[in-house]
Amino acid sequence: MKRALPIVIVIVAVTAVLIFLGLTSVGRATGTIGIATGGALTGFSTDTSTPEKAMNNFLLDVQKRDWDRAFASAERASDAITEQSFIQDWVGSNGGLRSFSTLERYDTRPLHASDSDAQMRVRLHWATPVGPVEDVRDFHLAHRGDSWKVIWDETPPPNVPAQIVPVNYLRWDLVTGNSSDEWGSHNVDAPRVRIVSMNAVDSAEGAVVMGEVVNEDTIPAFVNVNATLLDGSGGIIDDESSFDKILHVLLPKQVSPYRVDFPHLSLSKIKNVRMDVKATLVPASSDPVIGVMNQKIDTDAQGHPVLHGELFNESGQTVNIPHVIASFYDSNGKVVWVSDGYVEKALLPQSTEAFAVEIPQSLAGKVQNFHVVVNQYSLEKS
Amino acid sequence: MSSLTSTAWKNRKSPLIFALLVVCAAAAQDTPLRVPSNAVAGAPATVGTSGSGAATFYLVGPAVSLKRDVDLGKEVALSSKELQSAGRYTAVLCSSSCSSENFFVSPGKPVDLAFVVHPSRVPVGENAAISGVALTLDEYRNLVLAPSSVQFQWSTKGAPAMSHSAQARDGIAWFRTSSGKSAGPLQISAALSNDVNTRRVVQEVASIPCNLRIQGQRTPKGVLVETEPVRDCSGNPVPDGTVVTFTAKDSGGTSFVDAPVKQDVARAIILAKGSVVISAASGVAMGNELRIGGKE
Repeated sequence: MKRALPIVIVIVAVTAVLIFLGLTSVGRATGTIGIATGGALTGFSTDTSTPEKAMNNFLLDVQKRDWDRAFASAERASDAITEQSFIQDWVGSNGGLRSFSTLERYDTRPLHASDSDAQMRVRLHWATPVGPVEDVRDFHLAHRGDSWKVIWDETPPPNVPAQIVPVNYLRWDLVTGNSSDEWGSHNVDAPRVRIVSMNAVDSAEGAVVMGEVVNEDTIPAFVNVNATLLDGSGGIIDDESSFDKILHVLLPKQVSPYRVDFPHLSLSKIKNVRMDVKATLVPASSDPVIGVMNQKIDTDAQGHPVLHGELFNESGQTVNIPHVIASFYDSNGKVVWVSDGYVEKALLPQSTEAFAVEIPQSLAGKVQNFHVVVNQYSLEKS
Repeated sequence: MSSLTSTAWKNRKSPLIFALLVVCAAAAQDTPLRVPSNAVAGAPATVGTSGSGAATFYLVGPAVSLKRDVDLGKEVALSSKELQSAGRYTAVLCSSSCSSENFFVSPGKPVDLAFVVHPSRVPVGENAAISGVALTLDEYRNLVLAPSSVQFQWSTKGAPAMSHSAQARDGIAWFRTSSGKSAGPLQISAALSNDVNTRRVVQEVASIPCNLRIQGQRTPKGVLVETEPVRDCSGNPVPDGTVVTFTAKDSGGTSFVDAPVKQDVARAIILAKGSVVISAASGVAMGNELRIGGKE
């Protein structure tokens, strides 16, 4: 008992100190000067005496989903912006990917600052069902009195007018016979699917096998591409599938890029690659038709080469989570890279939504052409 | 291992029977059994016994194993049901000692066909693309190994039927043919001489699109572009759902739309305001290039 009492006192004292530190700290400093990082355990400071502190407080409120406080702390750029539209911008709507995401952490970096205004670049790290997603946003802050305020100038999403969109899309159903049917009387062959190109390269993350696959048949196919890496003696080093880096449901004559990643593996250890494409007959629908408009290769705000464009939903069905897969070709028409990205906002009928997919810096100069396909996940279908 | 025990081993109907047959094989001195020499599947037969007194009779076949108390010197009747499966049977008779005999039950006359045709879909104009295999079967689905004639016939709507006669060897007859020029169902039948007829259908589908041509017009939303009816090189309309990729290039960049063919025509809206060049492709087929001038 005599020995336990001092230990208890020490534990209580350390806990009290940690709680105090936790409540008073604003952000955690990282190793990079000028970059502040937000996390789940940052404090409740109301100090907005600098743009960094104001930005951090705002993002912390967003992270904690304290919408009233976050909205009150920001300055609206126009009266059209409501708290509802502000919340919708952060939590998503219409079953988009953002609706299922959580702001895990953020990094802020000052771009420019004067006495009256400042520009901050924020890298938002979202945890999503399809893996971590990074979003880079620039915020404008203004000096108001003795404090700084985030200027919220995001235009609210346009309301889709009530309309009737005629839908006469095609649909394939699969009818199977029962087990009592005569042998050989109901055989339906699997769709004919062919890998039309394959390329293996080393990337920063490991070996990558990629190319394109085409459905040569007259029926839809559910397609998966598998790659097996073999060493000099024919032994299997590793095998992987294309997972989500492929358009799984291919309509007749449709072409899809595929990419199979082998993290932490170098091509120098690989003697041979065995490809295998599996195609299954599935019920499918040709709706919605999504156009990929105004694509251009450019550099983003951080100087990375990206392919950006707009998705246009030509039909009457909401696409909750659009998934863009792009194949990039060199001057010989060879696939040199396959990149993909999820669009965080739902694609509403007859509407457009911007997208961007990254291209490795080392390949940007080689890219002469590209082709983009769109995978779509709709809650109504799942 | 003797033939008796090896048969029992292959059949492996039950460990008890197997053990019994091993004992019988070891003890067998003579064979008081007379097994049928020309047994036919599905026909009753008898197994003769000699001697006197009570005995136990066992029969092990491809799809049967039975045990019966019998009187030696009398014939053991085997029903048609007990001999439905063609193949090798082993008869065992045990009294003071056991003896055994093997006999074969041959298949009956061919009265049925198992008919498999491949593929279920085939593009038109493909050489030796369709094949069919027929297996001759008797009443009890035993493969009939004796030679028999199978008549294959195939026909499409509006075209005269074609036929091919083949002799089944070891129970198998087959044919191979090319697909026709017109899309549609291809009826294929295989028939035995006794009017037994089995029918299958192969769907002949259009081949790859040929001479893809597009046209377009400006609308308030953008450019509505559509193909002329998409057909293969034989003039068959491609199946609905075939994807046509429209590519548009303007000052805003490049746009793609993968549009499915509906009622022979694929159409899409391209969001372009300035002057734009649009092309189309489906599979390996390329279409013409369409230039539409700018208009706000």
